[in-house]
Amino acid sequence: MSMLELRQVSKVYGKGAAQVHALDRVTLSVDEGAMVAVMGPSGSGKSTLLTIAGSLEEPTEGEVLVRGAELAGMSRSDKARLRRRTIGYVFQDYNLLPGLTAAENVSLPLELDGLPARKARAAGIAVLEELGLAERAGRYPDELSGGERQRVAIARAVVGERRLLLADEPSGALDSGNAEAVMRMMHEACKNGGMAAVVVTHDAQLASWADRVVFLRDGRVTDQTAPAPGPESLLTPGRPQ
Amino acid sequence: MSVRHALLALLSEGPKYGLQLRDEFEARTGEVWPLNVGQVYTTLQRLERDGLVESEGADEGPQKAFQITESGAAELADWLRTPPDLSSPPRDELVMKVLVAIRLPGTDVPALIQEHRRYLVQLMQEWTRIREGGAEGDLNLALAVDAELFRLDSVVRWLDAVDARLKRAAAEGHVQPARAPLPKQRRHLGVRG
Repeated sequence: MSMLELRQVSKVYGKGAAQVHALDRVTLSVDEGAMVAVMGPSGSGKSTLLTIAGSLEEPTEGEVLVRGAELAGMSRSDKARLRRRTIGYVFQDYNLLPGLTAAENVSLPLELDGLPARKARAAGIAVLEELGLAERAGRYPDELSGGERQRVAIARAVVGERRLLLADEPSGALDSGNAEAVMRMMHEACKNGGMAAVVVTHDAQLASWADRVVFLRDGRVTDQTAPAPGPESLLTPGRPQ
Repeated sequence: MSVRHALLALLSEGPKYGLQLRDEFEARTGEVWPLNVGQVYTTLQRLERDGLVESEGADEGPQKAFQITESGAAELADWLRTPPDLSSPPRDELVMKVLVAIRLPGTDVPALIQEHRRYLVQLMQEWTRIREGGAEGDLNLALAVDAELFRLDSVVRWLDAVDARLKRAAAEGHVQPARAPLPKQRRHLGVRG
């Protein structure tokens, strides 16, 4: 099932001579369980693609569908609910709230969605445990390393019934070991948790974690990698496809 | 990769048979560099001729065991400390292709660069799958895969830099990559002949 679909999406900023075509008729489909990386130089429209996919911004033209539902037809509150329940966001600079512990940060989206605090907290701690961060649950963001903060941010993005993970340069500020851990975590959320992910990056090493890499240039999808049939089934026996 | 010194390294742990050396070499390099048995025996013969290893017994074939000599151990220690020659750039095929492409009339250079970039990223995806699948518990495999990923990544970065540089040059009116006459391009790009 297609978790995210962009159909001929364009985004134009400004008017007249100052017009900038950030996205130009982009079509992209991401299935459940798949991780897609979007690569391109800065200014190619990567971040715009992500904010439009996450309903944080409206396209100038074209359609965006999340789990088959078209965003344009949704009310403001429906969209807000979609952002709270279905979509998880990961940013380069973590965006954790400094006054809350790791567990509180992770359970916040569930609480905002109306889940009783106790249940939300339990769900938050369960995700932290799953991601190997149980010992850090009571720590505040400034007591965590950069890698730990980003892992907490990923926990927050996958907590509850989230289906779509959108990440903008998620490991940009991390060393290679932590970057690998972050990508591994997101890939596992797709493979084992049935999520779909779109990861925007200019880094080929990070993009290589994805099942498919889409290349963006001047707002257009210019190319993509072929699906990788061999190595995955050949070298990772027993892994759910 | 010096097979010669890799074999000396394996023999520094104790006497070994040829077939065993092949298997251990492949295991230690995470099976990233396959090695045929013929190569192992030819290398062993040369090492023996140079006095760096000696064989036990007069037996020929797979039952013949080899051990490292004192000068073999000295040669190995010396090799480990000698930096590989990275001082002169290798004649890189991809660099050549791009340098040719920017001067060849009618070539869509960005599209060509993208074709190479896609190929490299696909290779990197394959290596990442290998790392994901089994490298975690295998330090040698993880290190060898890291080396491949960093190497391929550096080529992708170079292609990105080419892209950016050509775009800048075109914007500044220095070059028209596809159609400018040859002498003009040579002068402006300053490419080493």
